[in-house]
Amino acid sequence: MISIKRKGLGDIIMDIVVYIVLTILAILMVIPFVYVIAASFATETDIVSSPIFLFPPHPTVDAYKQIFDMSGMGATVLRSLCISIGVTVIGTIVNLFFTATMAYGLSRSNLIGKKFFLNMVLFTMVFGGGMIPTFLLVKGLGMYDSYAALIIPGAISAYNMLIVRNFFMELPSGLEEAASIDGCTDIGIFAKIALPLSLPCLATFGLFYAVGHWNNYFGALLYLNNQDKYPFQLVLRNMVMLTTEDTNGDEELPKESLKMAVIVVGTVPILCVYPFLQKHFAAGVMVGAIKG
Amino acid sequence: MAKNAAAVAAPTAKKSKKWVQIKRDKWMYALLLPGTLYFIIFKIIPLWGIFISMKTYYAGVDFMEADWVGLSNFIKFFSSTSFIMLLKNTLIISAMNIVFFFPLPIILALLLNEIRLQWYKKALQTLVYVPHFVSMVVIASITFMLLKESSNDAQSGGAIFELVKRINGTGESWLGGKVAIYWVLLFQNIWKESGWGTIIFLAALAGVDVEQYEAAIVDGASRLQQLIYITVPAIMTTVVTMFILRMGSVLDTGYEQLILMQNSLNKSSTDTFDTYVYNIGRVDGNYGYSTAVGLFKSIVSLICIQSANRLAKHAGQAGLF
Repeated sequence: MISIKRKGLGDIIMDIVVYIVLTILAILMVIPFVYVIAASFATETDIVSSPIFLFPPHPTVDAYKQIFDMSGMGATVLRSLCISIGVTVIGTIVNLFFTATMAYGLSRSNLIGKKFFLNMVLFTMVFGGGMIPTFLLVKGLGMYDSYAALIIPGAISAYNMLIVRNFFMELPSGLEEAASIDGCTDIGIFAKIALPLSLPCLATFGLFYAVGHWNNYFGALLYLNNQDKYPFQLVLRNMVMLTTEDTNGDEELPKESLKMAVIVVGTVPILCVYPFLQKHFAAGVMVGAIKG
Repeated sequence: MAKNAAAVAAPTAKKSKKWVQIKRDKWMYALLLPGTLYFIIFKIIPLWGIFISMKTYYAGVDFMEADWVGLSNFIKFFSSTSFIMLLKNTLIISAMNIVFFFPLPIILALLLNEIRLQWYKKALQTLVYVPHFVSMVVIASITFMLLKESSNDAQSGGAIFELVKRINGTGESWLGGKVAIYWVLLFQNIWKESGWGTIIFLAALAGVDVEQYEAAIVDGASRLQQLIYITVPAIMTTVVTMFILRMGSVLDTGYEQLILMQNSLNKSSTDTFDTYVYNIGRVDGNYGYSTAVGLFKSIVSLICIQSANRLAKHAGQAGLF
């Protein structure tokens, strides 16, 4: 590193300004989450009478008890959580399978027809039929109102696939040559050499795909009809937006603290995988993907 | 004669060599198969939307029996009052994002780059990246909980609503406001993506040659001077490329955020081409007309991206393709 011996007054002022501005910005970005967590542990009277606090005046876990109360809304919440987890797990496996196989297939530089496959992918990145033709196709394939519609139509993110391809291309070619001399087929090389070597890269994209599935709202809105099949994000949305008009007044409205708690439940899984995600933020993975 | 024979033999030899290569790589093609099928089925086949856009095709009608109407869906759209409204809303939302959101990740990255304490820099990055990974539903829900107005005297509004009420006495109606909602959308974007947006600029900053700074220090340059004369020029390439790419997607406002934030009060300012396609097509079932609108947007977007890319190359940047 550079050793700075003399520090002018201007440098010191600049340092102070930078630290203060960034610290305030970072706090501002997480404070809404802190507030929602605090409110989810607050009593209903606290939220309704004076909602401005960062620590619940009278902490309670009533809201969480009610969310997971099996005689009430607990069944809906748990079912939708299970659906979200199922779609996330299966969806991520499907994503990784399709992404890794195609990325490896495109990674050999002298493959005949490679240009054709690549151009097809690049073309679909800039032009598509649009939402309705895709919707009608999914419907025509019999996937409407099924979980397959949340998984198959988005099986590959072209952008992610090209980054994984870059990663495969940078693997030392000597290993592959040695394996093929030993009589290993290309699929064998892919499974036994390329995949194990690229596990950290695939783990990163697996996590990105998983976060995408967990957060997916629009896909479910587009393709699901039956409310019993709704994943958690839709249930969360409906609970937060429920007003007196929707319930005709005869059903009890979800309390404010309950809404806060549901938001927290929707966010916690992300915060759980976040440290793992962050480990792989290595900027190099993200940049310069589309070249080549 | 011999020369001629060689000329005839050469292409066949070349051809058979090609075949040998394809045969050798047969397992590579096998690996390409699932992904290729995916792209053909879910990305290429929907291009038949061009035909849907030329029919009066509604939900519940047989596609084959729907009437061919040529380009009249497009003409209907361009001559409708909705078109001007959608164009205006789309451009306002995009322009606000380009003017107010676009510079933020750059500034944030430059500030982060000035932090010498590595652990503190890491901690700050951890905090500002978090909102990117949280779902749009959660972002919209939190926004709603914080900004909502009080419905009656017994129940207070959201925390931010109450804070402002203490200051100005009445509070503000952001979520239903025709102009205010634009600022809400902008702030959501800033909150969710400005931290994550720093990544690409931090990567560019990491590539700056340390010797330049050392030389500047020897010459007695202050930190501010180093920032202005070394750091900023060093990431200008990235900034220009990102800016041109952003201009290329000027018609994309996205679906999720707008559909989540849309309500009956602000609909006339939050309806964009994207939400219109969803509302008319998926909700109302007017497939033909909605596909025409979507196709129009796709074509204009394609032109925007291509010209942006050409511009990037013209400006001496690497471009996207």
